[in-house]
Amino acid sequence: MSATHGGIWRVALTIAWRSLHTYVRRPDLFVPSLVFPLVFLASFAGGLTALGSVPGFHFPAGYTAFQFVFVLCQSSMFAGLFTGFSLALDFESGFARRLMLAAEDRRGIALGYALVALSRSVITLSLVTGVALLAGMQITGSGVDVFGLFALAALLVLVGYAWAAGVAFRFRTIQAGPLMQTPIFLIIFLAPVYVPLNLLQGWIHSVAELNPATAFLEAGRGLISGVHAHTGLAFICAAGLIALLSVWMLTGLRNAENSA
Amino acid sequence: MSGVLATQVGVLARRSMLKTLRQPFQLFPIIFFPLILLAVNASGLKAATRLPGFPTHSYVSFAIAVAFIQGGMFSLINTGTNLAEDIESGFFNRLALTPLRRVSLITGLLVGVAVLGVLQSAVYIGMAIVAGAHLEAGFGGALVILALGALTAMAFGALGCAAALKTGSGEAVQGLFPLFFVFIFLSSSNLPRNLLRTGWFHTVATWNPISYLIEGFRSLFITGWDGTALWRGFAVAIGLSAVAMLAVAAALRSRMQRT
Repeated sequence: MSATHGGIWRVALTIAWRSLHTYVRRPDLFVPSLVFPLVFLASFAGGLTALGSVPGFHFPAGYTAFQFVFVLCQSSMFAGLFTGFSLALDFESGFARRLMLAAEDRRGIALGYALVALSRSVITLSLVTGVALLAGMQITGSGVDVFGLFALAALLVLVGYAWAAGVAFRFRTIQAGPLMQTPIFLIIFLAPVYVPLNLLQGWIHSVAELNPATAFLEAGRGLISGVHAHTGLAFICAAGLIALLSVWMLTGLRNAENSA
Repeated sequence: MSGVLATQVGVLARRSMLKTLRQPFQLFPIIFFPLILLAVNASGLKAATRLPGFPTHSYVSFAIAVAFIQGGMFSLINTGTNLAEDIESGFFNRLALTPLRRVSLITGLLVGVAVLGVLQSAVYIGMAIVAGAHLEAGFGGALVILALGALTAMAFGALGCAAALKTGSGEAVQGLFPLFFVFIFLSSSNLPRNLLRTGWFHTVATWNPISYLIEGFRSLFITGWDGTALWRGFAVAIGLSAVAMLAVAAALRSRMQRT
C-alpha cells in the first residue's frame, strides 16, 4: 500500500469512527433516520394492503414484501442523504474546515463519510428488515437473491451519499438540505411505489419507464420473490450513477478545498 | 380599547403574512409540496379506484383532502420558525416591553396564519379542479373548505407557536415536522377506512383525529354535503385549536416570566 493510499484510509477510518460515535450518542441524529423508514413501512405495507387485490396485481411474495423493497431502497438512499446532512453540519460548525487543513489526503474525507453512510445503513436496514419479518413478510427468493437485494441496497446508499455529499461540499451549509433531499425524494416517488409498472397509467407511467429507480424497485422485488426482473439493469444503473455522482462529489470536494 | 386591540392584531397579522409571503423558501413548501405529492400519489394510486368499495372513480378528488392537512403542517413549521426567530433575535422581547397587549402578540400571528390558510386552500381547490377533481358540494362547499382550511392552518399554526414559545428554538420547531407527518401517514389519507384491511392500521386510523379532518375535506369533494363527516372535521379542527391555544397560553406565561 502506497503512502497516499495509507493516508486516505487513515483519514477515512478516523472520520468513520468519529461520526459513528457521534451518531449513536445523539438520538436527535439517529432517531429520524430510523423512524422514517418504519413509518413508511407501517403506512404502505399496513395501510395499502388492499392494493394487492387490484385486478392485474400479481406478486408472489405478498404486498408486505412488495412494499418492503420500496422501503429498503428509500432507506438506503436516505442513509446516504442523512450522512450528507452530517457533512453539511460539520462544515457549519467549522469541524470540516479544520479537518481539511489536517487531512493528509482529502479524498479520505469523502471516503470516510461514505463508510459512515454504509455503517448507518446497516443499523437502519437491520431494523426495517426485522420489523418486516415480525410483521409476517414472506421471502420467496433464495439466499443468493436476498444477498443480491442487500448488495443493491448498499449501492443505493452510495448513490444517495454521493449526491448529498456533492451538494454539501459545494454549499457547506445545512440550508442546502432541501437541495439534497428533493431530487432523491422525487426519483423514488416517480417510480412504481404502490403498484407494479403495468398498473400505472398516464404521465407517471411514462416517467417511471425512464426512471432508474424503477429498475431498482423491479430488481429488488424480483430478488425478494425469486422471479427476477431487470436485475442486471439495476446493478448497471446503480454502478453508473455511483461513477457519475463520484465525479460530482469529488469536484465538490475540490470546490471546498479552493474556498477553505 | 377593543379598537386598539384590533389595530395591534391587524398590524401583527400583516407582519406575519408578509414574513411568509416574502420568503420563497417558506412559500414554496406550503403551495407546491402538497401539490407535488398530490400529483405523484394521484397517479401512483389511481389503480386503487378499481377496488370494490372505493368511493369515487377520481383519485385526485379523493386525495386532494390530504393537501389541506399538509398545508396546515407547513403552517405549523413556518409560524413556529418565524416566532422562534423573533425570540432568538430578541424582537419578541422588545415587543413584550411595549404597551402591546399580550393577547395581541399571538392573536395577530394566528390571524395572519388563518388568512394564509384561506389563500392556500383556494390554491389547492383551484389546482385540484384543473387536475380533474370534481367538487361535489359546489360553490357553497368551496366556501366551507376555505373556512375549514383557515381553521386547520390556525390550529397547526398555534401548535407551532406553542413549540416556539416553549423551546425558543427554530431547530426544535423543525424537528416536530416528522412527528406530525406520522399522523398523516397513519390515517385514512391514502385509502378510505373501510378498505384498510390490516387490523392494527384500521384501529390506529380510526383513533387518529387527522383521519376525521381529512374525511371532512374529502366529503365535500366526493359525497357532497355529509353532515357527519363535516361535524367531525370541524370538531377536530376546533378541538385541536383549543388544545393548541391552551398550550400557547401556558408557554406564553412561562416565556413572559423569563423575559
